This record gives sequence, C-alpha cells and structure tokens, in this order.
Amino acid sequence: MGVSEAVLRVDGVTKRFPGVVANDDVSFDVRPGEIHAVVGENGAGKSTLMKIITGLYPPDKGEIFLRGLPAAFRSPRQAIAAGIGMVHQHFMLVQNFTVAENVILGAEPARRGLIDLREAARQVAELCRRFGLKVDPLARVEDISVGEQQRVEILKVLYRGADLIILDEPTAVLVPQEVSELFEHLLTLKEQGKTVVFISHKLDEVLRVSDRITVLRRGRVVGTVRTGGVTRQRLAEMMVGRPVLFDLRRSANPPGDPVLALEGVTASLGGREVLRDLSLVVRSGEVYGVAGVEGNGQTELAEAIMGLRPVDSGEIRLRGENITNLPTGEVRQRGVAYIPEDRHRRGLALPMTVWENAILGTHRSSEFASRGRLDLRRAFRATEESVLRFDVRLTSILAPVQTLSGGNQQKLILAREFRGQPAFILAAQPTRGLDIGATEFVRQQLLSARDSGAAVLLISADLEEILSVSDRIGVIYNGHIQAEFSQDEADPRTLGAYMTGARTRERKGAAGR
Amino acid sequence: MQSPEMLASAIRLAVPIIITAVGAIYAERSGVVNIGLEGMMIVGSFSGAAVAFFLGPYAGMLAAILAGALFALIHAVASVHFRVDQIVSGVAINILAYGVVRFSAISIFKAATTSPHVNSLPRLSLPGLSEAAWLRPLVHNVSPLVLLAFALIPLTAWVMNRTVFGLRLRSVGEHPLAAETLGVNVYLMKYCGVVISGALAGLSGAYLSIEHNGMYVEGMTQGLGFIALAAMIFGNWMPLGAMWAGLLFGFAQAMSLRVVTQAVPYQFVRMIPYVLTILILAIWTRRARPPAAVGLPYERGEAT
Repeated sequence: MGVSEAVLRVDGVTKRFPGVVANDDVSFDVRPGEIHAVVGENGAGKSTLMKIITGLYPPDKGEIFLRGLPAAFRSPRQAIAAGIGMVHQHFMLVQNFTVAENVILGAEPARRGLIDLREAARQVAELCRRFGLKVDPLARVEDISVGEQQRVEILKVLYRGADLIILDEPTAVLVPQEVSELFEHLLTLKEQGKTVVFISHKLDEVLRVSDRITVLRRGRVVGTVRTGGVTRQRLAEMMVGRPVLFDLRRSANPPGDPVLALEGVTASLGGREVLRDLSLVVRSGEVYGVAGVEGNGQTELAEAIMGLRPVDSGEIRLRGENITNLPTGEVRQRGVAYIPEDRHRRGLALPMTVWENAILGTHRSSEFASRGRLDLRRAFRATEESVLRFDVRLTSILAPVQTLSGGNQQKLILAREFRGQPAFILAAQPTRGLDIGATEFVRQQLLSARDSGAAVLLISADLEEILSVSDRIGVIYNGHIQAEFSQDEADPRTLGAYMTGARTRERKGAAGR
Repeated sequence: MQSPEMLASAIRLAVPIIITAVGAIYAERSGVVNIGLEGMMIVGSFSGAAVAFFLGPYAGMLAAILAGALFALIHAVASVHFRVDQIVSGVAINILAYGVVRFSAISIFKAATTSPHVNSLPRLSLPGLSEAAWLRPLVHNVSPLVLLAFALIPLTAWVMNRTVFGLRLRSVGEHPLAAETLGVNVYLMKYCGVVISGALAGLSGAYLSIEHNGMYVEGMTQGLGFIALAAMIFGNWMPLGAMWAGLLFGFAQAMSLRVVTQAVPYQFVRMIPYVLTILILAIWTRRARPPAAVGLPYERGEAT
C-alpha cells in the first residue's frame, strides 16, 4: 500500500448485531484538513460507525486506517492517544466542575499528585485563544450556556492533542446563533490544520459547512459527494431512498374560536418562578408553536396545562371553562390529548404490553370497562385498529411496548391520544429522536388533526419544526411568551434573538388578541 | 457552671461521628452510598478492642482500620462490581457485621456482649492551658484521635480539591461516563472511596471501644454510623460542614446523657439525638446538593 492521502480510511467495515446489520461493507475516506459530513437517518448506522472508529466496538469485518496505518483501537483511550477526538451529542461534562477541571480531567498537569491549577488554567486559556473559542476557564459548567458547554467539549479533545475531531449531531442542542458560531469554530479548526468529521441529519447545516458528504442508508454507504455538487432535495432522496416532502401543507381555513387560553399563568418550582405571567391563545384549526431554548419553561407550561404542576396565579381555560389546577384525568376527559416530551417516562409504561398502553387513560371508560372488569376483546380490537391506522410496526400487540422502536412508540402514543377526536392537542417535542420518515408522519398527523378542526399547541426545541408546522409562533424565554409571530413573518434569526433573550418584550401580529 | 465539661463531652461524642462522616464523604463523592458504615464501626470497635487486648492500643487501631476496610471491600465488590443495589448491600453488611462480631466475641472471649478492659492510647495534655480551670476539660487528657478527627477536616478538603486523586474521585461521583471516556478508571476510584470510608469507620469504632469506653460492649455504636451519614448530608458533602454537623449531633448526645429532669421521662431525653437527626434531614434534604450520580450503579463500557 502506498502513501495514502487520507487521514482516515474506512475500508469495508461490517458490523452485525443480533437481528440487524448496522454497518454493511462501509467504505469512505476523510482527507486532511477537510470538514467531512456523515449524514443518514436514525438507524442508518452513523453512530455504530463512529463507535467502531473510536474503538468502542470492534468491527466484524473490514479495517480502519489512520494516516495509512491500520488502526484497530480497543478502547476510546487508544483512539484519543492516536489523535482521534469525539464530541458526543450528549455532553460528557461534570456540571459542578469548572471549565478547566473538565478539560484536564484524566490528563491533569500535576506534580506528585498535586494538581497545578494555575498551569491548567493557563493551558486552557491558551487553547481558547488559539482556536478562537470564547469561554472562561474558571467558570462552572452548570453556569454557562449550552453553546459554551459544547466549546468545552471541543477544548477537551484539543487539549488531548486530537487532530481528527468527530462531532456527533453537534447542532441538535443549539439555537441558530450558536450554530453559526459553531460553524465559525469548525472553520477555524480547519484553518489550523485539524480535520473534522461532522455527523448530522440536518441537511441545511451539512450543506452550509462541509466540504464533502458521505450518505448512509440502512448501514450502507449510498455515496460520497462534493458539497458544491449536490442539492438538498437530492441529498434527502439519497438518505431516505425516495423523494421527501419538505413543504407541508398550510391550513387553508381561517382559524375558528379560541379553544385553549392561558391568562397570566404563573407557576414556580422550588421557590423559583418557572412560568411568569404567561398568556397565549390557541384557536381551533390552528397550530400554535412555542419556540425557545430548552429550559425556559416549556416543560412546565405543558405540565401546568395538564394539571401536573400547580399554577400559582392566572387562569387556564378550555373552551371557556376554567380548567386551572384540575386533576390530569379530568383535563383529559374534557377532550385534551397530550403527547408528553418524555415518552419513556410519561407517555408509556414501557414494560407493559402494546394493548395495555394503547388503552391507558381510557381504560375506565365504558368503552373498555364495565363494573371494574376490562373487556379484553374490545381493547384488543381497538388496539388493532389503532395500530393499523397509524402504521405502527410491531410483532404482536401482546409484546411489551419497549420492544418497539422509538418511532413506533411515538405512533402508538399518537394513536391513543387521537382516538375520540380531541378538541385540543398538546404536543411536546413530538418528533424528538425520530428519524425523517417518522418525523414526517407525526407532523402530517398533527396537521390533519388541525385541518379537521383541532387546536394544536406544539412545543418544540427544533426551530425548523416550529417554522414548518406552525400557523402562529410564540417565543418563550424565561417562562414568558416574549413575542408572537404569524407564520409568514417569522424567520430563524429574529426568533433566535428572542429565544436567547437578546430582544425582549414585543408583541407582533398577535392576531386574535 | 459545668459548660466546659459539657463541651468536652460533646466533642468526645462528636469524634466518632466526625471521623465516620468524613469517611462517608469519600464514598459518596465517588458515587457510592455506604449505609454499611454502622456495621463497619461495629467491626472496628470489636476488632480494635480484641487486638488491643493482646497487642496494645496501636495494634488495635490498625486492626480496626483493616477490618473496616475489609468490610468496605465487600460492599465495594457487591455494589460496584456486581452492581447490587447499594442500600441492600449496605444493609447486608450491617447484619453481617453484627453476626460476625458476636460470633468472634464468643469464640475469643467466651462472652457474647463484652470484651475485657483494654488500655487506651497515651493521653495528650496542653501543659500551659491545663492550669486554667474552666479550659481544663478541653485540653487535659485528650485522646490523640480527637486531634486526628479535626486534622482530617482540612486534609480531606485538600485531597478533594487540590489533588489528582480528589478531582478524579469527584468526577466519578458526578458523571462516571464522562470520567471513563477521559481515561479515568471509574471502578478503581469507587473502590478507593468505599475502602477509605470503611477504614475511617473502623477507626471510629476503635475510638469508641479503645479510647472512649475502655472495652468493647455490644451495641456500643448506637446507630452512630447512621447519624454520621446524616451529618455528612447536613454538611452538604463537605468536610467542614460534616464537622459542624458532627459537633451538633455530639452536643445533642452529650445533652441526652446529662439532662436530668423529673419533668420528662428519661427515655424521651435519650431520643434527642435521633429526633434531631430526623428533623434536620427532613428540613435540610431539600436544599442539599448530593453528587449527581450517587447511588447509581455504573456499568463499564456504557460509553456511547
């Protein structure tokens, strides 16, 4: 083998797990100093591939070459030592440590077991300067923003001397401004001679920053393309294997009467106000999107509406009736469907069977129960209808729901919640963790419920989702709706400014108030 | 006025709580709840007295430390390696300690509940200050372990905050996965934390039997291991906080032994330290900030 020009070459890597081939004869190469994107849907094999490259899994077949030499790492530590650094999607940071402590952990500058804190801070500050990463080495990680935390993760791999940096879905947790900053950082890294592998399923971002793109589908490489020579539509087709609908239908009908109204709602958590004087109105036939950086009261907003969190002051009305602080069961009985943000904790009882989960919440209704006895035949029939209508893929409705994939679990929740024509649908992060196919399905269902007259409150951290599905958008910041926009006057930059609190207090186009 | 007497007594009673609570900090900061501290104190108190009877108090102290560490090692193997629920493993250690000690007492001393009298370590006195009458109880004939207990406070703070060991130990209790991906040996750190906690609990048991009582008596730990755990929580997982909390509980104990009144049956007076423990925990726990991953078993290679 001659001198390879690739920093990293993946050659025919195959990895099987019981029942699936996660990677099937995967080959691609990464050139020095490029930003190389790896895209694919959930389950396409991206993360398995990265785990093989960084030594977490051994491949069943095939080889990895680093700078032309075979590299079979048996642990992430060996990969780090060889100059491969991984920035994980879920940050691996110790929250109550300082930035510098997080960076040096495991490779501390020390004399006889005693940490040289000054030297540590100096080295971190030096790295920040060299790569243009702004972060205070002495700040505690729990006090800094998500974007800054990501910089700490990048600092960690730079501190260990990585020259190939792999970022796993790095933009998933960032607001638009932070995404732009991240991309600038990536370009600086590239200028400084580092090589970047960027894993994503967000095509716009990939197209913005990468030099080349490798597309994975069902464990196989569909192809590697130059970024300049490909369109978004084409990339999406490569990823999904069929044409994808990007622009979802907008509502043709004008919205009707108010269904859900919050007025001056305030709620607190451990003495801290998490909802502050929050007001909004959702009318029948419209999707109201709540955009915001996570942790600004979205979770509490959903909980307050559902009666899961006590409201201190203010009023929540459903079709004119006061439902403030009603028990959850009663709220649901009045025609509220709820898709909780954490489907594993709140949406489903994972060890229970599919049919049990499918009737959960309605199990006491006369449809399924008489005199305390469940009518299993009816429950089974209803479950089978739901499964068919919402295309839930499963082996048996008697199987525990945890054996279903994430997308199918979410479809089951939708099927349960949409039965009986709810007047109001509260969807919190409904597509989180779903692949393109399932995401498309969930959004379509929300829109068709809207078209048949339901009022939909969509809470999502995914700005793209808010923009493509909502008829009206409210930006939540610090527990308060800072601004409202109609769908056609909203753009990511303006929303982003309100989401980060850079702009405050303004109500635009609050139609219907 | 008997207040210096009272204070000296409070300090003497606080010492075992402080030593054990400091030990608990090492375990909890590494992410392992050690509810077996009580049992490790029992083992320490007996093995300390037994070895001191034959070989003198220094050997007794050493034996108690080793015995406590050994029982902690059992807890570590069960809860770290085999990921047994840490509470269940700790409770098992307590039961095991009780049985082992009773069995050993019968086979060595032919008595289930006590050991013969043993000599304590040489006492320390501050010559100059001992003259002042009201200071005398505090500085005259003091056990060296009292000094050691208070020396452990700055020492532990220094270890936790300034050394590589301390940084890694804390990282493992906060976010073991992050630590592991950075090359920290998570299991090793947890073993260290738990074994140190057991060694200190053993020493604290030996303080009770060799220094405080002059002999081993069954049941002499009186739940101090649990109180020490509460002191550590009240002290917010910090050595200095644990010291103040230990002194508070020590004071409550001293009071419960000294308050003589006809108005209240003495059983209620004896309850003071335990009621105080429950009250403080009930009020305090809302504000406490435990290590983020405490109590959660960690499986190697979870890294994603």
